[in-house]
Amino acid sequence: MVNIMIVGVGGQGSLLASKLLGHLLLRRGYDVKVSEVHGMSQRGGSVVTYVRFGEKVYSPIIDAGEADFIVSFELLEAARWLPYLRNGGRIVTNTQQIDPMPVITGAAVYPENLLEKLKAQSAVDAVDCLKLAEEAGSARAVNLVLMGRLSRYFDFPESDWLESIDACVPEKFRELNRKAFALGRGQD
Amino acid sequence: MKQLMLGNKAVARGFYEAGCCVVSSYPGTPSTEVTEEAVKYDEIYCEWAPNEKVALEAAHGASLGGRRAACCMKHVGLNVAADPLFSISYIGTDTGLVILVADDPGMHSSQNEQDSRHYAEAAKVPMLEPSDSGETLAYTKKAFELSEQFHTPVFVRMVMRICHSQSVVETADRVVPPQGEYVKDQSRVMLPAQARKAHIRVEQRTLDLKNFAETSDLNRWEEGSDHTMGFITSSTCYQYVKELFGDTYPVLKIGMPYPLPDQKFRDFAASVERVIVVEELDPILENHCRGLGLKVEGKSLFPMVGEFSQSLIARCLGLPEKESRGITDPIPPRPPVMCAGCPHRGLFYTLKKNRCMVYGDIGCYTLGSFAPLNAMDLNVCMGASLSGMHGFLKARPDYAHKTVGVIGDSTFVHSGMTGLADIVYNNSPATVIILDNSITGMTGHQQNPTTGYSIKGDPAAKIDLEALCRSIGVKHITVVDPYDLHATDQAVKEGLALDEPCVIISRKPCALLKSVKHQSPICVDAAKCTGCKSCMQIGCPAISVRDGRARIDTTLCVGCDVCTQMCRFHALVRTERRDT
Repeated sequence: MVNIMIVGVGGQGSLLASKLLGHLLLRRGYDVKVSEVHGMSQRGGSVVTYVRFGEKVYSPIIDAGEADFIVSFELLEAARWLPYLRNGGRIVTNTQQIDPMPVITGAAVYPENLLEKLKAQSAVDAVDCLKLAEEAGSARAVNLVLMGRLSRYFDFPESDWLESIDACVPEKFRELNRKAFALGRGQD
Repeated sequence: MKQLMLGNKAVARGFYEAGCCVVSSYPGTPSTEVTEEAVKYDEIYCEWAPNEKVALEAAHGASLGGRRAACCMKHVGLNVAADPLFSISYIGTDTGLVILVADDPGMHSSQNEQDSRHYAEAAKVPMLEPSDSGETLAYTKKAFELSEQFHTPVFVRMVMRICHSQSVVETADRVVPPQGEYVKDQSRVMLPAQARKAHIRVEQRTLDLKNFAETSDLNRWEEGSDHTMGFITSSTCYQYVKELFGDTYPVLKIGMPYPLPDQKFRDFAASVERVIVVEELDPILENHCRGLGLKVEGKSLFPMVGEFSQSLIARCLGLPEKESRGITDPIPPRPPVMCAGCPHRGLFYTLKKNRCMVYGDIGCYTLGSFAPLNAMDLNVCMGASLSGMHGFLKARPDYAHKTVGVIGDSTFVHSGMTGLADIVYNNSPATVIILDNSITGMTGHQQNPTTGYSIKGDPAAKIDLEALCRSIGVKHITVVDPYDLHATDQAVKEGLALDEPCVIISRKPCALLKSVKHQSPICVDAAKCTGCKSCMQIGCPAISVRDGRARIDTTLCVGCDVCTQMCRFHALVRTERRDT
């Protein structure tokens, strides 16, 4: 059983990431469950998606200490969900920082040196996904950069990933998304 | 073909495969996507009804007309639909009628955590409860069959975690039963003499269903290797129990929580040493066991409140917890916020500025209760802003010149119109503000009778809100653009000064609508910005202060211009439109 959490800020495109993973894993012959939260949390709130796969999956959710990977669109969200990471698990994160409203209003502070603090707790693969997404052609392709990065930790052939991208993305955005994926996967 | 499918989409697929022809619903998280997916099948007529009561009545009418029909709602929507529900249970049906109700344990997007299973018992309507998308598809189809076999509407009850999880399903073809005949039958007229006979039929029907439940594989006994414990469970809790224990302990998995079988429970309880009932929210299964005199443990171990998980169940059973980690810094919360360019922002800022008592309602604008606006005193349920304000003003006339009720366009049509009738007919000096953003926003952009479009996006009849309010008897009606703070302030002040009912329509389409053209973003003239933070008072997520100066995130800003009206130093200016 492998547990992947995708976390971020509502509107950042985590639903496409989980759709892509679901498609890929089902094609690879696994039992898969994906759990999302819709509604209130989409309005710029903290969002989390659970992806679980293996021979047989019962629960659709991932609990504290269970995640093999936390894939994060934003640094504070990686820290928020850190308790869900298992011993030996890995964080794959965008280095982008987005202030939540309590920080904007001054009611709370965004923790300093967050990346270092995360690294002290677990293995962290941090990438400036926004920069790579823009390089690929759109800031909205951060999700595919992250998926590219995540793909390095699985021994699935690259062609399987690309096939799933083609299946999940409208034709006019395929080139852009393939490029974003390649930048995430290739970057060292 | 095997595919990964969202629970809600599996319901829609079930409608399709079962030959359902009519779906009438009102949107509500977590049920909304069912109808949005159903409308993608051209073979199914779908509609957004003005509210859940109307939706259920329409669906029942369709089944009376001989076509399989369904109706979808969230748990609190069932309160609205309860009136027809109880009578339709008596009248019964010959053609399949399915009511999909989605509960929200954990209140991810709801105002309460009510357990819809109570309605099944109260209205004596059988209920099925799936535990993943595959079962959802199968149970939805089964619900139509049972509806016809037992002449009753049938509930399919989901919880948010089933609605919004994807799991593997196998689809089949659509089979449409021939249309049923319509035959006049006055036993359907629910006058006391007929209703008394109907009640007898309903009680017999429930006994028949109870017998069915004894042998039906909807209630599945899964054997285990260790009989020191056994679990009675249902819905998503079944998955958590299996996740923890696999095939170790026997499980009685309940797929039909009403009516429940007696003997099956007795036999299961007798087969294990310790019976543990695992269910979210209320102890429905547990109380059934107790009614049978069985010794079980349930809510003595598990909470009545919130969503469960595998860890929660493990913890409650005294099993070791998984090791966890975290950083020591406090993590600031990230609550949902009104979007950049949200038309509600200017209005709520105005209400805050005028120190209004704000009777709130259900919709995106409930976010106006959060800091820094804090401009909502309470909200109750759909429509209560207007009727509640009316009662409040009868008790506290001294608040007449500082109280407003705020209600969205869709919510106003859902159940605000009757409140407005109360205000006018029984004459309270209420200031009603209709937030008309041309869409049902919070549930993710559904059309409604005020938008001029059908669920398919085709042009449709459009309620003229001004004319409607006028015909109810409101004499003072003002339409205002909430992006214009001065005009909004003036409209609110004038409305509050009146001694009779008035309606202010705050009209601006939701900034997220595709049809809305955005202005070029606002930028900060650093030379003029004094860092006074006036612009921060409106709580726009695009604005922050860095190094003592305002900063605007141009990827979020839609150029609504509300912040520029806050700045006395003319430091916020529109950028030139970029062509990209």
